[in-house]
Amino acid sequence: MSQQKRRSGTKMVTLPSHSIVPERDVNEIPVLETRHLGIEFGGLKAVDDFNLTIGKTEIAGLIGPNGAGKTTVFNLITKVYEPTTGATLINGHDLSGKSITQASKLGIARTFQNIRLFDNMTVEENVRIGLHNQIKYDMFSGMLRLPRYWIQENRQHDKALELLHIFDMEKLADERAGSLPYGVQRRLEIVRALATNPKLLLLDEPAAGMNPRETEELMENIAKIRDQFQIAILLIEHDMNLVMGVCEGICVLNFGRVIAKGTADEIQANPVVIEAYLGKKKEGQA
Amino acid sequence: MKMTKAKRVRLIYNIVTFALVIGAFIILQSMIANKTISRSLKGQLVPICCWIVMAVSLNLVIGISGELSLGHAGFMSVGAYTGAVVSGALLNIWDIQDTTLRLVIAIAAGGILAGIVGALIGIPVLRLRGDYLAIVTLAFGEIIRSLVNVLYIGAGDGKLHFSFLNKELPEGVTMLVDGAKGAVKIKPISTFAAGFILILITLVVVLNLVNSRAGRAIKACRDNRIAAESMGVNVTKYKMMAFVTAAVLAGMAGALYGLNSSTVVPTQFTFNQSINVLVFVVLGGLGNVLGSIVSATLLTVLPEVLRAFADYRMLVYAVVLILVMIFTNNPTIRAFVNRLISPFRKKDSVGGEAR
Repeated sequence: MSQQKRRSGTKMVTLPSHSIVPERDVNEIPVLETRHLGIEFGGLKAVDDFNLTIGKTEIAGLIGPNGAGKTTVFNLITKVYEPTTGATLINGHDLSGKSITQASKLGIARTFQNIRLFDNMTVEENVRIGLHNQIKYDMFSGMLRLPRYWIQENRQHDKALELLHIFDMEKLADERAGSLPYGVQRRLEIVRALATNPKLLLLDEPAAGMNPRETEELMENIAKIRDQFQIAILLIEHDMNLVMGVCEGICVLNFGRVIAKGTADEIQANPVVIEAYLGKKKEGQA
Repeated sequence: MKMTKAKRVRLIYNIVTFALVIGAFIILQSMIANKTISRSLKGQLVPICCWIVMAVSLNLVIGISGELSLGHAGFMSVGAYTGAVVSGALLNIWDIQDTTLRLVIAIAAGGILAGIVGALIGIPVLRLRGDYLAIVTLAFGEIIRSLVNVLYIGAGDGKLHFSFLNKELPEGVTMLVDGAKGAVKIKPISTFAAGFILILITLVVVLNLVNSRAGRAIKACRDNRIAAESMGVNVTKYKMMAFVTAAVLAGMAGALYGLNSSTVVPTQFTFNQSINVLVFVVLGGLGNVLGSIVSATLLTVLPEVLRAFADYRMLVYAVVLILVMIFTNNPTIRAFVNRLISPFRKKDSVGGEAR
């Protein structure tokens, strides 16, 4: 099976803290560590006691039935929500009390389940917003067109096209982002997130709305991005082919709680996971 | 710099904008020199410049940064009073006779003070999400009007005398601001050339800002706040940047406007005036600087031109407004216009979208 072939076969190692990371990342500081992370909305525990460790170059998957709290976890990690309990560490930096912007500067980038591009701006401008904190110049250089403006604008332009090249999108650089087809918009979101030079890339249903061929391509690209940029990727996805094909560590969430963690094989064989997805076997059934 | 299609369209747009303004200035100046210009139009030149600057600066807030500000006339008022006081002080205290120098200092002071006031409003309000800015700026416009209604400033003995609520100024001072009578005895020193230069400054600032790192950040905050924050853009900072820049420009326009006549009264800068500027912006097109210039000019000239039909003036004005809205927003008519000009365009052009 092609799916079997592509599976990374990474050896996963259990750390003393009972978290699992790929063997190659054992000696590095984990890029993401959440400790007892939880949030309540008016008494409802949307996420409770969420513990996850992601190695420096790991591709991890976060799966679970609809409404399990996967996107809420993303919103907690990116500081859209302030958690009611627990803490998040990015490369060893505590995120408590930090804003979304500060979290981004520490190296978190994300895409959104419901695409959030800057619709009225061009593709290149969208990527340039990602480069906002990478290639800088002050407001007055821009207003007065000082030499620094031209130098940095050229650098932004080159870097933006270089990033768009990952998905062969250079030709679309001048198109309005809002006018692109759905699948291309999803890819543009990934490029824009990569432009912020992240250490951890969060992808919220990157394959949603893509056909099987596009999903295959996306799978290869996710692996390619990890290899090229040496970053960690955490993705939420319902397409099990993609998750099982590309993710090294997988975390399964149900009703806001982690019910299983492990490699693709372990998850597929885990009765608790099967029960969460398919329901409990009735007594007496074979 | 490498030219891409979007950049080319932007460059052409900017060149057309500047060419239009400079061309209009040259034509009007030669008309003034030949004395072929009508008196009423000549008297309107400086106000037109002021309203253009007001419209373009408000477009920066509404069209580019996507916040609704309903108190733009308030900043103009701050600028007008500051300009009148500074100009009066320079004349009466330091005895500076050079009108150009007085005008430049007065305009700069008007811009700076309006900018400070803008920052004071923006710091608390722009941190919030939603329509709070509209509410607060609406109130601000009214507060400024009430404040200057009871403000008395006089120049004498080599310094400025301030008094608030009641007129308690020493004998023999020259009144600069006289409560409800407004700023009085202003020596009109505004010139059309000054207005033209102010428009150029405004265009350089706004167009260059829009096409820079800061401008993209401002547009990103407008298009999608959460996404912009997630990309590491400090939303409050860039909204402030747009708002304060607009306030400074409005203050400068106000100073120029105030120094164009002999008196400035508080009732000149009411809520209606703010809405007027809003109409210029909306008719010209949100985010469209060239459109703001054209609509500000037309809508300032139109009521004067229609003075001959005094009874039907507002009727015609309203009809023209409605027609413009229909023509600029009707997809069929737009498609028709696009077809008319399509032979002049490249086939793959998406120029209409880019700014």
